[in-house]
Amino acid sequence: MHVIQGKGLHFKDLNAQIRAALADGQKEITLKDVNGQYYIGDGLREKATINIEGVPGNDMAAFMDGPTLVINGNAQDNIANTMNSGKIIIHGNAGDVLGYGMRGGKLHILGDVGYRVGIHMKGLNKQIPCIIAGGNAGDFFGEYLAGGVLILLGLDAKEGESIVGDYIATGMHGGRIFIRGEIEQKYCGKEVGIFETDEDDMKTLKRYLTEYCADFKLDLDEVLSKKFSKLVPVSSRPYGQLYAY
Amino acid sequence: MNHNYQKDISGCGLTGLINKKKTRVSGDAIARSLCLMNERGNGLGAGYAAYGIYPEFADFYAFHIMYDDPSVRFGAEDFLKHNFHVEKTEEIPTSPVAAIPISPLLVRYFVSPNKDKLSSIEGEEDFVVNTVMKINSEMDGVYVFSSGKNMGAFKGVGNPAEIAEFYRIEEYEGYIWTAHTRFPTNTPGWWGGAHPFTLLDWSIVHNGEISSYGINKRYLEMFGYKLMLLTDTEVVTYILDLLVRKHGLDIQTACTTLAAPFWKDIDELDEDRRELLTALRMTYGSALLNGPFSLLFGHSNGLVGINDRIKLRPLVAATKDDFVYMASEESAIREICPSPDKVWAPRAGDPVIVNLEAD
Repeated sequence: MHVIQGKGLHFKDLNAQIRAALADGQKEITLKDVNGQYYIGDGLREKATINIEGVPGNDMAAFMDGPTLVINGNAQDNIANTMNSGKIIIHGNAGDVLGYGMRGGKLHILGDVGYRVGIHMKGLNKQIPCIIAGGNAGDFFGEYLAGGVLILLGLDAKEGESIVGDYIATGMHGGRIFIRGEIEQKYCGKEVGIFETDEDDMKTLKRYLTEYCADFKLDLDEVLSKKFSKLVPVSSRPYGQLYAY
Repeated sequence: MNHNYQKDISGCGLTGLINKKKTRVSGDAIARSLCLMNERGNGLGAGYAAYGIYPEFADFYAFHIMYDDPSVRFGAEDFLKHNFHVEKTEEIPTSPVAAIPISPLLVRYFVSPNKDKLSSIEGEEDFVVNTVMKINSEMDGVYVFSSGKNMGAFKGVGNPAEIAEFYRIEEYEGYIWTAHTRFPTNTPGWWGGAHPFTLLDWSIVHNGEISSYGINKRYLEMFGYKLMLLTDTEVVTYILDLLVRKHGLDIQTACTTLAAPFWKDIDELDEDRRELLTALRMTYGSALLNGPFSLLFGHSNGLVGINDRIKLRPLVAATKDDFVYMASEESAIREICPSPDKVWAPRAGDPVIVNLEAD
């Protein structure tokens, strides 16, 4: 295992060291004492695992296409922008605007997430991005969602507590959202409907959550013990008439 | 002085801390926190505000004044001497910094209003506010950038480390600190446009853009405020002064006015609350801040952090013993407080209000 000491390092130097280690053929890298360095993992294509100790800075894993990032605490904003493949495991909370335009790969977060999670995520054929958060989420969850799968669990929520904010799935026109528990239509965008999960959905959920629970050593049966609400677009082309005359 | 610096893309970073028991800490900590977010600014403005730094002059208003040119100093000083008892005058201590080859002349004055100048209807604080407005609007090249008691703002064009070194920030000790690194977008990056923006003991640092600036400005002008600093954040300072000091709103209600709930959410509330919020929105519609913002404001009794209503700018808060921290990024807090007791992201429009404990 290759260790990079991140303390006090500017992001340019830290990322240069990561790239050098990968070019060297390292498959397992640990970054120690990271605090706030931007752009970690951006554009990387190697099949390697990067463990991060500390709080990585904004814009982590943008355009990432292959590696696995494991963050042993909280992470900040703008993670996995336009990410194409690979995986991110966050053993803490994460911030706003996660998975912006994400087009593949997995983002697993144990704790809470902020606002605008999964904004304009997209997917096609086998290229299905997935974000799973174990805690609560802020407003605009799944805004403009075009594809992929968004799952919110609210595992530590108290009885009756809402685990997601307002304006859920506003402008959603593709993909699927699963929220553990009940949600109210008045907090959702007009473009989506709330449905019960069917057999196919449960198969999908079980597949995604088996991997998620393994990552965080959670009990899959307990996670699946509560009903999920499914959100999907009720019109596939909401703007189809916009420029028609 | 040339205020027409080049325009560039968006950013800004802010950080603040408070010790609820009034234990004073050196400015070194807040500078380190701010410097961690260097990437959020572009060197066209940084600044610090601190409370509790002038205990030996705690009863005097501390005026920090920038003069574009030494020649304009004398007119302003004549005016001050005519209206105030000036306990002490000194140049604000600075260190030479290679990246800051030119700066305005920076002088501070510890003053108290001459009693015979106060009119019967006007209190001391109104007199100070009027003085600041008069100097900033009528005296060319003279700007009062700090005017509170036992507090002060230190700001200019430079990056966080340069401005901290320039003003020797580590030599001050305060129990509330706020700091800001700027990435000017719509308005010039000049010395008076750096944050914090202050008036009396209010100090504001802000990330975002006040789209309602025009409406807010015209509203404030009706109450005699003069907006001369070419930057949207200035309105927040004066709105707080108007709502809290002049109109007697509490901080929570003032925050509800700045980031008012949407009508659809007001409609859902019980009748008392609905009536109150409806009245507030109707009375203070022109004080509503529109557009993306996260901001921190300090005052003599505490520190407050607040976001816009749909959280278009980041804000993280943390506690550790008697300290509360708020910043644009969690890492900026952890840089000076590696293991906080609690870390959370405040919800949109929901203020974090921290008060000093009573003596």
